[in-house]
Parts: sequence; C-alpha cells; structure tokens
Amino acid sequence: MLGQILYALPFLAQGFAVTLWVSLLVVVLSLIAGVLLGVGLVYGPAPLRWAVRIFSDTIRGIPILVLMFFVYYGLPAIGLHLPSFWAAVSALTLFKTAQVIEYLRGAVGSIPKGQSEAAMAIGLTFRQRLTYVIFPQAFRRFLPPWINGVTDAVKGSALVSLLGITDLMQAINQVIGRTYEAMPLYILGALIYFAVNYALSLASRRLERRFSFIRE
Amino acid sequence: MGYALNFNLIWRHFDKLWGGLLLSLELAVISIAIGVVIGLVLAVWYVSAGRAVRAVIAAYVEFIRNVPLILLVYLVFYGLPTVVDLAYSAPTSFVLTLSVYSGAYLVEVFRSGLEAVPRGQLDAGKAIGLTPWQRLLHVRLPTMLRITLPALSNTFISLFKDTSIASVISVPELTFGAQWINFNTFRIVEVYLVTTAMYLVTGYIMLFGLRLVERRFRAAR
Repeated sequence: MLGQILYALPFLAQGFAVTLWVSLLVVVLSLIAGVLLGVGLVYGPAPLRWAVRIFSDTIRGIPILVLMFFVYYGLPAIGLHLPSFWAAVSALTLFKTAQVIEYLRGAVGSIPKGQSEAAMAIGLTFRQRLTYVIFPQAFRRFLPPWINGVTDAVKGSALVSLLGITDLMQAINQVIGRTYEAMPLYILGALIYFAVNYALSLASRRLERRFSFIRE
Repeated sequence: MGYALNFNLIWRHFDKLWGGLLLSLELAVISIAIGVVIGLVLAVWYVSAGRAVRAVIAAYVEFIRNVPLILLVYLVFYGLPTVVDLAYSAPTSFVLTLSVYSGAYLVEVFRSGLEAVPRGQLDAGKAIGLTPWQRLLHVRLPTMLRITLPALSNTFISLFKDTSIASVISVPELTFGAQWINFNTFRIVEVYLVTTAMYLVTGYIMLFGLRLVERRFRAAR
C-alpha cells in the first residue's frame, strides 16, 4: 500500500501544482476585478451601482458548481469556446470577484465619512482621496477576510476536477482508480489541503492581531 | 449569437428539477438540523471545558473547515466503506457528510456567540439564584441565539447551496437534475438559466424568512 502511494506521489505533486496554479489565478484575477467593481459599487453612478449589486447578489446566490457547469457548457452555445481549464478558472473567478466586491464594500464602508470629507476639504482629487486616505485605512479591514477567502479559493479549486482537469482532487481520484486504496489517499489529500489552508488561516489570524491595536 | 432559446424541453422534464429542488431542501434541512445539534453541544462544551477537550473540538473544526467539501463527500462515500463495515445509500452518505461539515461551521458560530454574551448577564443570573443549568438555558443560550442569528442565516443559506455537491455522488438533487437535462436534451443555456433561477429564488426566500426571524428577536431586546 505504502509503496503504491509513494509511487503515485510525483503524480499527486503535479496535481497539487495545478491546484495551486488555479487558486493563484483565481485569487489574483478576482482581486483586480473585485476591487475595481467594488469601487464602482461604492462610488459609481447609480446604473453602475445597480449593475454591480445585481451581479454580486446573483453570483453569490448560486452554487459554484452550477456556475461552473453554466460557464463550461453554456459558453460554447453562444459561440465562445474556452478550454475547460479557463472555463473553470473564469467561473471560480466570477464567484470570488463577487466576494471581493463585498469585502471591499465592507472595508470602505467602515471608514468614517469625515475622512472623505476632510480629504475633499483639503482639495484632494477622487483618485488621491482613494490612494492616500481611504485605501490605506480600509486595507486593514479588507485584509483578514480576504485572506480567509483565499482558503475558500483553494477549497473551491477542487471543483475543477469535475471538468476533467487533473488538479490534486482529480489526481487523487485517478490514483484510487488504479490502486483501490481509497481511504489512505483521501486522507492524504485532505491533509494536503488542510496544510495549505491552515497555514493561510494562521496568517490571516496573525494579520488580524497585528492590525487589532488600531481602533476608531 | 446563433443560439435560439427554447424552453420546451426544460418544461417537459421539469419534474427532474422540481423533484431535485425538493431533495436539495430535504438534504439541507436534515443536515443543518443535525449540524445545529453538533454545533450547540460542542460549543457549550468548548467554552466550559479544559484544555484537552478544547484541543479536540478545535481540531475537528479546523480540519473540516480547511478541507474541500467535495473531498469529504468522496471520502465518506467511497473511502469510509472500505475500512468500516457499513453500507449506506448516496443520500445518507451525503447527509452524514454535510452534517459533520455544517457542525464544524456552526460550532464556530455558536462559540463566538457564547463568548459575546455579556458577563453581567451571567452574574445577574447567578445573583437571582439560577443554577448553572438554568443560567445556560434561560440566559446564555437565548442571548447567544439572538447575537448569532445573522451569521446563522448566512451559514444556513451557504449550506443549502453546498447541497449541489451531492450531485458528484449521483444524488438526484437540483444540480444533478440540471446535468441530466443538459446531457439528454442539450438545452444547455436554458436548463442552467432555470436552475440558477431556482437556486436564487429558494435562497432569497430563505434569506427573507430568516431576516423576519431576526427582526422579531431583535424587537424583543
């Protein structure tokens, strides 16, 4: 049994690399899109605010799995042929973007109005207000939930296995298909996911403590 | 676009979606009910227990929360029967998994709620001569529930959405019904539009109902 698992390790490592790559892509892309749309939600004109609100509330209201099947099977129907890898990454990114929008809204919303007004009073432009006044303060509110959300991205990435992408989850299933050692391999997989995510949540707790001395 | 929407086939097979939704709800309700019991018992135990018990509960919570649900579903359905002499159907297996999974999330919710109960209330309970058991039942738990209701609603809705994972072990819930129609009729866009709408409407009805409960209990404060 042990021999078979050891033999499969390089294969699992490849899957693990795909898991990390998918997670990284999703986290980075959703951070960019989410911050932009989040600023649109807080400061944008009414139509944009409405569009972002509807986007966020819709996406967060459906299971990621359904979103992923929708993107993967649905896009070719409207003439867009994405390889399964990118279909999966897009679906996960859409979901994460909606979450990032909410983190940003929460973080920016927690900054007292007076800050923004004071910045306006000393003649800062909108962009300067965001860069020098709002974002530096909102950052510490944004960071802990966002890092917590990164663990969700790593966990969510396991769903890409359902589109036939050989991530860690799929690699484990394939090794089980060959060796019939279901329990040891699932436990091994669980431990790998746990190690990554637990490290991330420890980091987020540390950051939270690091920023907790600041009080309004 | 070159794709004409045609919902006829969806309506013809709508029983797959409707039956699926009902099963999703059933899975969610049973698992959440078991999860709430696990969560309450462990949270109350945690706040009054010694180091060792706390470590064990924390290990359970941290382990479950940091592993993908889909892996746990596979582990219980395909892995567990190879080491223990048990036989169970896919729905039972999923309910078992989601209960243990939701329990871990709910322990956290209840624990933070219990810790947020003001110390003065417990002292007041002691002052009027309530026994520890009465203090728990009449002071701590009601106050904790009121504090945790918003977080609780979010967890419940999120767990309802998680029932879609049951489709990977062929439990015929809503997502599975959608896939069945997808593969058998190829009305892909239509079936996922309808499915999405069904998840959204159900989720928002749950949210609305839970907000009503929250408001009612907020008023009592």
